[in-house]
Amino acid sequence: MPIHLPSFFPLRAGRVHEVYGPASTGFAAIAAASAGNAALWVRETWQGDSLHPLGFLPFLNPSALLCAQTKDQTDSLAVAEEALKDGTLPCVVIEITRPLDLREGRRLQLAAKAGGTTGLCLIPEGMGSNAAETRWRATPIYDPAREDSTLMRWEIIKNKSGTIGAWNVFWNAQTHRLHVVPPVAQRPGPAHAPG
Amino acid sequence: MWFPRLPSDRVLRTHPVEGPFALSQRLGAAETLYCLNAAAERAGLHRGMRLADARSFCPELLTRPAQPDLDARFLASLRRWAGRYCPWVGGDGADGLVLDVTGAAHLFGGEAGMLADMQARLTRARINHRLGVGTTRGAAWAQAHFGGTEDGLLALPVAALRLPAETVTALQRLGLRHISDLTAAARAPLARRFGPALLTRLDQALGDLPEPITPEAEPPHFATRITLPEPIGLVADVMAAAERLLAPLCAKLQAQEMGARRLCLTLRRVDQANQQVELRLAAPMRDAPRILPLFERGVAEVDAGFGIDQIRLEAVQVEPLPLQQLGHATTQANPDRLNDLITRIGTRIGLENIQRFLPADSHIPERSFLIAPAAFSTPESGWPSPRPRPIRLFAPEPILHSGPTPPPRFRWRRMTLTTARAIGPERIAPEWWLEDDMWRTGVRDYWRIDTGEGRRLWLFHTPQSPGWFVQGEFA
Repeated sequence: MPIHLPSFFPLRAGRVHEVYGPASTGFAAIAAASAGNAALWVRETWQGDSLHPLGFLPFLNPSALLCAQTKDQTDSLAVAEEALKDGTLPCVVIEITRPLDLREGRRLQLAAKAGGTTGLCLIPEGMGSNAAETRWRATPIYDPAREDSTLMRWEIIKNKSGTIGAWNVFWNAQTHRLHVVPPVAQRPGPAHAPG
Repeated sequence: MWFPRLPSDRVLRTHPVEGPFALSQRLGAAETLYCLNAAAERAGLHRGMRLADARSFCPELLTRPAQPDLDARFLASLRRWAGRYCPWVGGDGADGLVLDVTGAAHLFGGEAGMLADMQARLTRARINHRLGVGTTRGAAWAQAHFGGTEDGLLALPVAALRLPAETVTALQRLGLRHISDLTAAARAPLARRFGPALLTRLDQALGDLPEPITPEAEPPHFATRITLPEPIGLVADVMAAAERLLAPLCAKLQAQEMGARRLCLTLRRVDQANQQVELRLAAPMRDAPRILPLFERGVAEVDAGFGIDQIRLEAVQVEPLPLQQLGHATTQANPDRLNDLITRIGTRIGLENIQRFLPADSHIPERSFLIAPAAFSTPESGWPSPRPRPIRLFAPEPILHSGPTPPPRFRWRRMTLTTARAIGPERIAPEWWLEDDMWRTGVRDYWRIDTGEGRRLWLFHTPQSPGWFVQGEFA
């Protein structure tokens, strides 16, 4: 029986989620866009790469994006906790550089619960915290059909309150909606001959 | 009230010097004397003299550079002090004060008593001064600068009328040396020869024309303090005291239609050590219940020692914040809450580190946006969308390939990637009017490469100094 993405995404508010994989930035942008069009992005100053606001244009208005530059992860977590608890910004994205322990993860969860906001940690692979509500793996896929495509594969590999699943999705910049590409077996068209 | 040596008195008050002393000022190419003390004047020096000449006259002369801005501030503090005599105190040039003591002199035992009081206090403060009192402002000025009594105003030289130097010279050439000569002369030819300014000054000195003084209002001072009978040390107590201080401060800010941008809470301990809690706000604010919780973090970090017995709260930086009409349509809650959040985060990581993106007019990808502190900028719209841009940019990472067409296979970050689709090129030329080392290699041909492995990268080729680089990744 197919599991529908809308029961997992948009991400549950009042919880902190995790995502890793090469397409995690795109995942975070889509998550922020579907959580409410404004977000705080917490990252550490020393990180070499930078966000490009024009790249966010298909997803959400770059003017609605605030970026907090912190000196280390302790500050990042403090800022994220404060913002999650406050509830003014519907989405807080935190770039994690070292694994969170259970206490830190739990504090973020409690803060998100207090503010009713969505937290999203961009983690390096294998640095997940047990306190996270869901953990996603986002990888880009080559889309032979469309140019300028944002086709990705989203796999939910940990879920505290539900099952896991995998979907191929892409973001439609015109309609500002996420589209799920049906699995090959269910696509319209001539059915494959069995065997 | 004239202070003939105000600048040098200001310096000598803090660093007393025996013997000749002068302040020097650079005028054009030469150092000239700006102000000197009595000993230097006795040695034969005068204002405007070259410093080198003065040194040869008087080898033991001590000099310091002049600071006219500090002199102006010193005069302003003297003006505040002069407010003890009467409420109407105005500045008179760079080195004088004028007081309208009408109706105030009897409080000091008449004009003579008041002059004696001023004299005593200024002498004690070691400020050279010349006082003059008269029925008009011009008469008092003449008496302060040229001495004599009020009856003798007519006997004073014409220079006592606050005239420009060339007018004075011209009058003396005509034989009009004293004010009495002027009053005796016919007015019409004088007005024709020297313009109306001369007669205006004459009438002002004689009281035929009014000359009001413009007292300068004290700039509002946004600070409050509280002194406690017993030292306190608990955070809750300090916060309660801060709450008491905040209420009058905010009321004052409201009356002046200002909002505090930076607040400083100074806690003086019993052992006279000061501890400061600084609060920088993301937006001008004068709402006590909203400001108070923002102090909590700073107050909790203070070391109270043996207790705190004096607390002072000052709005160090204020900005105009007009009163706002309350209306049902205004949704003020959201920006206020966002500003509060920015302030709270800013107390931890610094207000400059919370940034927002602003559009900028440039084709260079790194310069197509500005990063501005969120607290000191407003969101702007009008983002250009020339072509799809990557969501992440990094410093260009070279890959091994040559030729103008994108590589069919390449290695990047220890991955072997195959090009499944290449979109481009998009040529971006460097902005030659800006110096940028990154763009020394000339124009760039940008390609969007969709790899068969999935990743969508932003590559560029520099035809003028061949090479291929990866600069960004699309969502």
